[in-house]
This record gives sequence, structure tokens and C-alpha cells, in this order.
Amino acid sequence: MDRHTDSSLPNGAPAIRIEDLCRHYHMGETVIRAVDGVSLDVRGGAFVALLGSSGSGKSSVLNLIAGLDRPTSGNVLVQGRNLAQLSREELAKYRLHTVGMVFQSFNLIASMTLAENVELPMRFAEVDRAKRDGLTREALARVGLQARMNHRPSELSGGEQQRAALARALINRPQLLLADEPTGNLDSHTGTEIMNLIGEFNQQFGMTVVMVTHERALAERYAQRLIFLADGKLVGDEANAPAVAGFASQGEHR
Amino acid sequence: MKLPDLTGLALRNLRESFLRNSLTTVGIAVGVASLVAMLSLGIGLQELASRRLVKSGLFDTVVVTSRRDLRNFGREEERNGPAPGESRILDEPTRQAIERLPNVLEASPDIRFITELRYEDKPHLTMIAALPDSAKSNDAFDGMQGKFFSSDIAPEVVLQKAFAEELLGKTRTPGAAEINVAELAPPLLGKELTMRYAQREVAIQPPLARAENPSGEEHDMAGAAYSVISREQKLKIVGIADLDPESMRGPTRARVFLPLQLAESLHVMQPADLREISQAANGQPVYSSVNVRVKDPKDVQTIEDAIKKMGFNTFSILDASRGLRQFFAVLYAFLAIFGSLALAVASIGIVNTLVMAILERRREIGIMKAIGASDGDVKKLFFAEAGAMGILGGIVGVGLGWAIGQVINFGTNIYLRKQELPPEHFWSVPWWLVAFAILFAFGVSLISGLYPAGRAARLDPVQALRYE
Ligand SMILES: Nc1ncnc2c1ncn2[C@@H]1O[C@H](COP(=O)(O)OP(=O)(O)O)[C@@H](O)[C@H]1O
Ligand SMILES: [Mg+2]
Repeated sequence: MDRHTDSSLPNGAPAIRIEDLCRHYHMGETVIRAVDGVSLDVRGGAFVALLGSSGSGKSSVLNLIAGLDRPTSGNVLVQGRNLAQLSREELAKYRLHTVGMVFQSFNLIASMTLAENVELPMRFAEVDRAKRDGLTREALARVGLQARMNHRPSELSGGEQQRAALARALINRPQLLLADEPTGNLDSHTGTEIMNLIGEFNQQFGMTVVMVTHERALAERYAQRLIFLADGKLVGDEANAPAVAGFASQGEHR
Repeated sequence: MKLPDLTGLALRNLRESFLRNSLTTVGIAVGVASLVAMLSLGIGLQELASRRLVKSGLFDTVVVTSRRDLRNFGREEERNGPAPGESRILDEPTRQAIERLPNVLEASPDIRFITELRYEDKPHLTMIAALPDSAKSNDAFDGMQGKFFSSDIAPEVVLQKAFAEELLGKTRTPGAAEINVAELAPPLLGKELTMRYAQREVAIQPPLARAENPSGEEHDMAGAAYSVISREQKLKIVGIADLDPESMRGPTRARVFLPLQLAESLHVMQPADLREISQAANGQPVYSSVNVRVKDPKDVQTIEDAIKKMGFNTFSILDASRGLRQFFAVLYAFLAIFGSLALAVASIGIVNTLVMAILERRREIGIMKAIGASDGDVKKLFFAEAGAMGILGGIVGVGLGWAIGQVINFGTNIYLRKQELPPEHFWSVPWWLVAFAILFAFGVSLISGLYPAGRAARLDPVQALRYE
């Protein structure tokens, strides 16, 4: 998994640039301004937390960065590429190779085993069949689930499911990890486990992490930067010294 | 996504909601089965009918006559056909030439004459016809007592039932029960008949004598001079044919039958001889008509055209067979429409199943898109599921259709046996129908998958993932 450090942009250059981003929903007569004129630069390798109360537009921003949604106006540039100018096909490729996503509700496919879930992005990416098995095992081992690879999600605890989701998000070695309240459904102990893993990926591989949360304490422990949203607008942007800076586990692996 | 992955995923998804998908597949299978059943019944019936027709000798026979036919000579043919000078004589070399045409099985001279047969010293005047060896498969001889000629040259006869009655002095009164041919046979089979006939003898002049003759016209007349001698021939009765005289057709329109080669060797004087003989310059036999049997009724037209080009008149019952083919084309269309209707109903089942699957798997589709599946991937996946159901349903359906056919065939044959009729095979599932049915089911499934697959591909992942 060394590719992340090799291919990511040099630290400091903006990996994500958001320019006057708007996402409006039309509900009959009323217009819901879920995202309303947000501008933001995120440098490569950063760990950024998006904070705000429920309904403030955090998920909407994250989905726009992920290329799952298109803005009403404004631009999202990832590594210099304007997502608004990509075709649907190109956007799918972008999600496949550049972005890894984890969600509050894990979003594993219930009918598939963990191994099949983790393998799925490689199927879409048309990775060689022969290589896929090994990569799947490796990724599951990385999150400590090698023993559970033939289990279905329903047979696992929330923390285990989220770890599997992380393994799946990272299987195609993306440069961007987007996490939408990844600990929202977990108790604090397993939440910490997940956060440690995310922090590890950020530190070790230089992945750019954007994490949505409404827990300020959690953000302060891990993120280098806190961004506050309210009613779709950017209302605060603070640098933060993560409490768990310089990860204990750094250098332990490999 | 690559094809093996695609089919792998599709099949695992089908297994996942096994009950619903197998019900849908059974729906397709029933549709395919009814299509196969309908079409194979049609094909089987047509095969049965054409087998019957070929046996009857009606539709695979072309009758060839010379354009110098008395009725036409100097009249119609002079206006429409080639001038008499161009028209040709139907002689032995011509018969051989016709026999060499492609798709011709045989060309046998039509020898028939009226003469006297003596049985137990009583004379009977009747029509006698010569039959080639191939005539034994003609269905006119179904249910014959005794057997067909032992060879093509054997001095044997087959009698028509009515003539057998006449020989035994049994005259049938109208309305009386028909006499069973089996009762007529024992007193007659193996008995002898004496045929009295007129033999013509062609006297051929030696070549030298011909060359000395300066006038061509007179030379021919002179060279073809013949004499008539009265002869007798003993014939053994080997068979009695159970024919209704009214149903007799074509070469079987006679009451007594002789082997062809025997008849030829006897040189019996025939009505046409007086006319034709004047043309026979080389001493070869000349025929008033030749019966041509073709390999397949569909070849009749081309062979007829070829023979017409040679300068002869032809006659066949082609038009009747064309009408029959037309009837079967309509029958096919009918059966196919009904079969397809069932498949159309089944295809609605596919649409329903897949649309349900989309509603049920909204979240799954959203997840796949979030982790990088393209619209095309999602679309192909749904297509693959539809296609897999189609192929599975097609295979099961063909098997089911075949089984239905076997059962009906079996049942009908039990019925036929009870009616003391010979069993018939009127059910046929040719290989092309198997392939066609499976491909058709596959095609229909893909078309049914169009709308659901398109809908799944367009699904908005954000919406799909918003709701739990
Ligand atoms: N598809 C949608 N249609 C209408 N309104 C929406 C839609 N998605 C989000 N919203 C609205 O946009 C606002 C922001 O939502 P979201 O980005 O999910 O907030 P957060 O993640 O911060 O809770 C909310 O008011 C929400 O109701
Ligand atoms: Mg949210």
C-alpha cells in the first residue's frame, strides 16, 4: 500500500478545492439550500473534520466531493480536475479509483460475505481475478478480520462491519478517504478503534481524509483542521493539534 | 465489469431471492414450452402430411408426354409450343436423359394397355398397367394381401380388389357390405392367369440398306416398319391390392398390374404406337408417356421446367402441394402466435421481477455506485440477471415442451391403437427449434430487462443511500 505516498500530491498543495459551492433542493415552492456558497481548500494528506449540527449540510458537501452528487453551482476540483466537467462514466471511474467512502450505517451489501464485499470494487475496476483473492485477504487482515471473511455482515458487530467497510473503501488504493459519521452507530470503544484505523491510514499512507462528525471532541482528537458548517454555510475554520498526533502505531507496520 | 464477473454476480443475485426468481423462470419456461409444443406439433403434422403425400405418389410425380400428342398436334402446340419439327420423340434415350436430371429418382415409361386375361378359361377384358419396383412403397398398396412382385421381370401380377371379385364371380350389389380383401385372397393367390396380347415387332433395316435410300422421309417410314403378332403369357397371381377403385390415382389407375421390365420385354402393342412408331428411326422403344419420380415434392417445379425445355409436355399436381404448403405456413404462424403470446406473458413476469428487485435493492445499487460502479455496470448486471433467467427458462421450457409432446404422442398412439390404426409420429422437435426457442427466450428476456436495467442504472445513489 505504498502507492498512496508515491502518487499523492506533495504536502501543502490543495488536493481538494471547493469554489463557491451550492447545492439547492427544490421542494415544491420552497428551496432548501443544503449547501450555500462554501469555498474551501484542503491540502493533500490532511485530516479534516466537517462539523455542524444535524441538517447543516455536512453530508451534502461530502457527497459533492465524492462525485455522488452534482452541485447546483460552484466547483469541486480534486487534484486539479473539475468534477462538474466529468461525464457520468468518468465520475464513476473517479469514485472507483480516487475516492474511498465509509458511512455511518456501514453500507455493506447484506447478501454478500465480507470477502465478496471487499472484492466488489476490484470487480468494477476489472482487477485481475488471480490477484483479487490475495488483495482481499490482505485488506481484511489489515483491519483484523481475516478470520471472518466468509461471514455475512449480519453475523458481525457494528465495529467489525465498519472495519470491513474501511477495508472495502481502501481496496482500490484511493487518495481520498471520505467518512460520513463513521462512528455514529458505534459505542465509544469501537468508535476509537475505527478512528485509530482512519488516523493510521492518514498518517502512514498520506491519504487525505475528510470526516463528517457532529462530535467536536472526536474531531479534536484526530483532525488537523476543523471546519464548521451551519445552514449550508461555512461558519468556522480552525487549525487543530490532534491529541493523537504522531500515531503510536506509526512505523510499526512494514 | 468483465463478463465472468458479471455472470457470477448475476447468478448469485438470482440465488439470493431464489423463490421469486425461480417462479419467474418457471413463467418463462411455460411460455417457451407452449411455443415449442405448438411449433413442434405443426412441424410434426406437416412431416406426417408430406410423408403421406410422398407415399401416395401424387406430389412427387411428373408425367411427361410428347408434344406430338394427338389432341394437341397441329393445333395448340403449333401456336404455343415449339413447331412440330423441333419437338422431340419420347424414346428410350430421352427417358434416360430425364432420369439423369438432378433430383430425379427414376423415370419409368408408362405402359398400359387393354387386353384379355383368361382365368379358368373365362375371358376378362381389362386395363393392365406396368409398375416399377419403387411402386411397392406407394400407399395404394397398403393393406395388400400376398406380396409385391418378387422381381422386376417376374411373370407375376397384382390384382386390384374389384378385378379379383370379378374373377371369383362375386358381383357387389350397391349398399352391400364391402367384401374383405382377406377373403378374396386365399382362392386366388398362387393361381395362374393367361394374358393374350398383341406384340409389335419393329423391323430394323440394316445400315447399308438405309444409306442406299436417298429420300429421308420415306426412309424413316420404311425403316420403322413393324408387324403385329398375337401372343400368350402365363402370369402368377402374387398379390391382391385393397384399393377402392374410386380412389385410384395416377399410375395405379388400372385393375391389373405387371412388373415394368416384364411389360417392356413383351413389346405389347400400345394405342400410341401407330403414331409414334413412324418417328422411331433408331429402333429404340418409344413411349406415349413417362412417369418421373422426384426426390422431394419441392423439386417438382424445377424438374418440370427442365423437361419442358427439352421439348416435352409435363403434368404434375404441384399446385395442390403448393396449396398445402400455404396451409401449413398459416398453421405455423397461428401456432407460433399462440406460443409467443405465452412467452409475452412470461416476459411481463421478468419485467415485474426485475422492477421489484430494483425497489428492493435500491440501497444495494446505491452502494455499488458509491464504491465506483458505473451506470453501465449496473445496467449490465440487471441485463445479465434477465438474460440468465431467459436462458434457464428457455432450457427448462424446451425440455418441458418436449415432454408435453412425448406425452401427447404417447396418448394419441394409445387412442390410435384402440381404433386399430397404425401408430403415427406426428410430433417433431428439430434441433433448430431447440436453439431457436432458447435464443428467443434469451432475446425476450433481454428486451424485458431493458426498462428495469435502464431504471436501475439511472438511480440516484445519494437518494438511494439516504433512507434506511
Ligand atoms: N434529497 C434531498 N431533498 C431535499 N432536501 C434534502 C435532500 N438531501 C438533503 N436535504 C436537506 O438538506 C439539508 C442538509 O442535509 P445533510 O447534508 O444531510 O445534512 P447533515 O449531513 O449535516 O445532517 C437538510 O435540511 C436536508 O433535509
Ligand atoms: Mg449527514
